[in-house]
Amino acid sequence: MMQFVITLPWAILLILFPLTGAIISFLWPTQSNKVGLVTVSFVLISVTFLAFSIIEHGVYHHAIGGWGSPLGIDLYADGLSLLMLLMTALVGLGVSVYATGYFSAEQSPRFWPLWLFVIAALNALFLSADIFNYYVTLELIGLAAVSLTAFGKSREAYSAAMRYLLATLLGSLLYLLGVVLLYHGFGSVDIATLSERCESTPILWAALTLISAGLLLKTALFPLHFWLPSAHASAPAPVSAILSALIVKSSFYIFLRLWLTIFGPLSEGAVENMFGLLGAIAVLWGSFQALRQTRLKLLIAYSTVAQIGYLFLAFSLAMSGAVVAWNAVVYLAFTHALAKSAMFLVSGNILYFGGHDRIMNLDRIAQHLPITTTAFALAGVSIIGLPPSGGFIGKWFLLEAALVQEQWGFVAILLIGSLLTAAYIFKVVSHAFTQSSLPHDSRPIPAHMEWAALLLAFAAILLGFFSSSILSVVGIGYPFELNGVKP
Amino acid sequence: MNWDTLIPFFVIMSSFLPALMIFALAEERRGLRITLNLIGVFVTLALVVFMFIGVYQGHHYETRLSLLPDLDMVLRAGPLALLFAALSSVLWLLTTVYAIGYLEGSPHRSRFFGFFSLCITATIGVSFSGNLITFLIFYEMLTLVAYPLIVHRGTEEARLAGQTYLLYTIFGGTLLLLGTVWLYTLTGTLEFTPRGFIDDVGEEHYFALVSIFILLIAGFGVKAALVPLHGWLPRAMIAPAPVSALLHAVAVVKAGAFGIVRVIYEVFGVEKAALLGLTQPLAVLAAITIIYGSVMALFQDDLKRRLAYSTVSQVSYIILGVAIVGPIATIGGVVHLVHQGVMKITLFFCAGNLAETLGIHKISEMNGVGRRMPLTMTAFTIGALGMIGIPPIAGFVSKWYLGLGALEADQEWVILILIGSSLLNAGYFLPILYRAWFLPTPDKWPDEHDLGPNETSLMLLIPPLITALLALGFGLLAASPYSPLEWVKLISRREFY
Repeated sequence: MMQFVITLPWAILLILFPLTGAIISFLWPTQSNKVGLVTVSFVLISVTFLAFSIIEHGVYHHAIGGWGSPLGIDLYADGLSLLMLLMTALVGLGVSVYATGYFSAEQSPRFWPLWLFVIAALNALFLSADIFNYYVTLELIGLAAVSLTAFGKSREAYSAAMRYLLATLLGSLLYLLGVVLLYHGFGSVDIATLSERCESTPILWAALTLISAGLLLKTALFPLHFWLPSAHASAPAPVSAILSALIVKSSFYIFLRLWLTIFGPLSEGAVENMFGLLGAIAVLWGSFQALRQTRLKLLIAYSTVAQIGYLFLAFSLAMSGAVVAWNAVVYLAFTHALAKSAMFLVSGNILYFGGHDRIMNLDRIAQHLPITTTAFALAGVSIIGLPPSGGFIGKWFLLEAALVQEQWGFVAILLIGSLLTAAYIFKVVSHAFTQSSLPHDSRPIPAHMEWAALLLAFAAILLGFFSSSILSVVGIGYPFELNGVKP
Repeated sequence: MNWDTLIPFFVIMSSFLPALMIFALAEERRGLRITLNLIGVFVTLALVVFMFIGVYQGHHYETRLSLLPDLDMVLRAGPLALLFAALSSVLWLLTTVYAIGYLEGSPHRSRFFGFFSLCITATIGVSFSGNLITFLIFYEMLTLVAYPLIVHRGTEEARLAGQTYLLYTIFGGTLLLLGTVWLYTLTGTLEFTPRGFIDDVGEEHYFALVSIFILLIAGFGVKAALVPLHGWLPRAMIAPAPVSALLHAVAVVKAGAFGIVRVIYEVFGVEKAALLGLTQPLAVLAAITIIYGSVMALFQDDLKRRLAYSTVSQVSYIILGVAIVGPIATIGGVVHLVHQGVMKITLFFCAGNLAETLGIHKISEMNGVGRRMPLTMTAFTIGALGMIGIPPIAGFVSKWYLGLGALEADQEWVILILIGSSLLNAGYFLPILYRAWFLPTPDKWPDEHDLGPNETSLMLLIPPLITALLALGFGLLAASPYSPLEWVKLISRREFY
C-alpha cells in the first residue's frame, strides 16, 4: 500500500492541487477559507510523500506527456528542490492558518485565489529544470505578488506596489534577455544540456550579466534592494510574510541553480568576490537600517535585506570548500523563511491588537500577548544566529568556512552582522516589557493567529537539532557538486 | 535500554518541562504552580544524587545527540559537572522557596517562575556539557532566559539595565562563538578531555591558539565579571532579590567562572596553557579584579550594589585559583565555586529580607537592625565573616588552599593579594555588622510590612538560615568524606593533573 502511495505522481499534484484550489476558491468565495486550508494541507502531504519517494529512489525525474527535453517540459526534483518545496509548504501552511483570522470576510475571497496561485507557481518553479520554465513561473509569481502587495488599499500600498511592479517586470525582462542569449548561443534551455555545452564566451558572460542583474533585482541584493522595504512593510502581514519568506527565495533559487550548473564552473573568482562583497555590504547596511527604524514592519523588512546578504557571502566562500558554504546557504534560506514569516505574522498581531507598530510604544506586549512575544523572541534567536536554532547552524558553517580559508574580512562581517542583528531584535524585545505613556485601544486576537506565528518560529529553532539528517537529504542528487553532473 | 545514556537528558528535562507547564498556567493557579516547581526541583535533586553515587562507583552517564554533521551535543556527568549541578539544584530549591515567599501577591508570577526554571535548565545544561559547543548552546540560552528576570519589574530603569546586560553578554557570546569555531577548525573536535585536547595542534598555530584562548576567556569573562567586562553586574541589581541571589550564586556569574575552569583544564590543559604563557596574565587580571571589586564595594551605600561588587571580587578567587598553576591552588579555586555560592546567596537573601520587611535598601539605614531581625542578621553575619575568610566558615578553607597553592607554585605575590583583599573585605563588611548590632535602632523603619508573627515570613527566613548553616558546615566539616572540598580533591585527581 505504502509503496503504491509513494509512486503516485506527487510532483505533478504539487502543482495541480493549489491550482485547482485557486480556481475553486475563486468560484466559491464564501467557502474560500476552508478551500484554502484544505489545499495547503494537501500540498504539505504531497511534499511529504515526494520526500519519501526521493529518499528511497533518489532524484525525481518526470517528462510531462512523455515528451521529455528538449521538446517537452521536464519536472525534476533533487534534494535542494525538495528542501525549497518543503519550505514553501511549511510557511504556506502557517501563513494560511493565520490568514483565516487576519482577513475579513470581504477580503479573504480575493486573497485566497492569488495566494494559492502563488503556491502553484512556486512549486512549479522549484520543480523545473529549464531556464525558460523558470522565466514563466517567475513572471507568474511576480505578477501575483504585486497584486497581493496592493491589497493594503492605502495610497502608500499602491505606490509601493507600483514600485515593486516596475522592479519585478524589469527583473524578469533582463532575465528573459539572458535566456534568449543562452538559447541563441548554445541551442538549449535545458539546464543539464546547457551545463555540458556552455563555454566561456562573450555571449555567456553577457547572459550572466543580464541574468544576474535581473535575478538580483528580484532578490533585492544590495544595491538593488530599494523596492523591498516599502513593499514588504506596506503589504498586509500575511502577504509580507509570503514576500519575505518565499518570493525573494524563488529568484535566489534560480540564481543559485544557474550558478551551480552553468556559471560557477566557468567563473574564475572575480564575479564570486563581487557577490561576496555586495553580500557583506548588504549585511551591514540592512542591519544598520533595521536598527534605525521606528516601526516594527520596516525593521523586519530591512532585516530581510541583511539576511539576503548572508546568502551571497557564501558565493565568495564557496570557491574553496564548496559544500560547507552551500550547506550554509540552503540552511540559512530555509530557516530565514520560517523565522521571517513568523516575525511578520507577529507584526501583524501587534497591529491587529494595538492598531500601530511603533516600537517605542509597544506597551507591555509581553504581558498582553505572551505567545506573540515568545514567537518574536524565538524567531529573533534564529535570525541572530544564537544557538540552538537553524540560523545558528547556518552561521556556524559560514564562520567555519571563513576561518578555514582565513578570510578575516568575512569573519568580521559575520560577527558584526550578528551583533547588529542582536541589537535590533532586542530593541524590540526590550520595549515589549515596558509601559507606554500613550494609552490606546486594543482588540482581542484569535488564538490561532498567535499560535501560527509561534509554531513557525519554533520550527526555526527546531531546525537547529536536525541539521545532519536534513543536509543528508539535501545532498541527494549532488546539487552542490560543481559541473552539475546529474546521476 | 541503557539508562546511563538517558539520565543526563532527564535531568535537563526535569526543569525544562515544568518550566513549559508553568508558562501555560493562569496567574492565580498558585498551588499547582508551586507543586510543579517543587516536583521539578526534587526530581532534579534525586537524579543528581543518583549520579553522584554512580560516578563514585565508576559509572559513566552520557547522552549524545547529533547536532552538526560531525559534531554531537554531549551531556556527560563527570565529577566536576556534578559538583556544579549539585550546587545549582540545591540552591534552586532554596531560592524557589524564597521566591515564592518574596513574590507573594505580585503580578506575572507564571512568567517569573517559568523563566526561573529555564535558568536552572540552562545552568544544569552548562554543568553537564561534555563539549564546547554544547556548553556554548546552554551558555547562550542562559543569557537569554535570564533577561526577562532582570527586566521583570518592567520599569524604564529595568529596561536600561537589561539593555546593558545584553550588550555585554551578547558581545561575550560572539567572542565565544568565534573562539569555538576557530578552535574547531584547528582540532576537528571540541570534546572536553581531562588535561586538554590541543596536543596535536602544531607549533605554527600557536598564535591562533593564543588568540582562541583570549577569545574564550573574554567570552566567559563577561559573565564572570572579570575587569573590565564587569560593568553589567552592578546595574543588573535592579532585578528582584531572588534573581540577584540566583544570578550571583550559581547561574549567570558562575557559568562564566565554570567555563573558564573548563577551558583551562579540559580544553587547553593547564600545563599547555602555562606553556603558552597564558595562565600568568590571567592570574594577574584576576588579582586586579579582586582588588578592584573590593575597593569599589567600599564606596557603595546601596546594600545590593555593595554585594554586587563583592561578587565581582569573589568570583575572581575562582579564576585566580585555577590560573595559578598547581593542584592545591586549583582545589582552592574550584571549591570556591561552591563556597562563594552558599555565602553569597545567604547575603542576598538577607538583603532581600531587609528590603521586603523593613524597606531597607541602603547601608546607612541599617542601624540596629540586628535587634529587629536577629535571625536574618545572624545569617548575614555568618555570610559576611565567611567572605572575609574567618575560620571556621567555608571562605576560610578556600583562602587557605589558595594561599598554600600560591606558595607551592612559587607565586608569593598572591599572598599579598589575599591579605589585601581580606582586609578590604573586612573594610566593607565589618561596618555593616557594627551598624546592625551595635548602633541604636531608629524610631521608624523606611517602609515596614507586617509579615507574620516572626521577624519576617518563614518562607523568607528559612532559606538564608539553611545556606548560612551550609557555609558554616562546609568549613567545619571540610575534611569529612562528603564535603565539597573532598569532592574537589577527587576531581583534581581524576580530571586536572
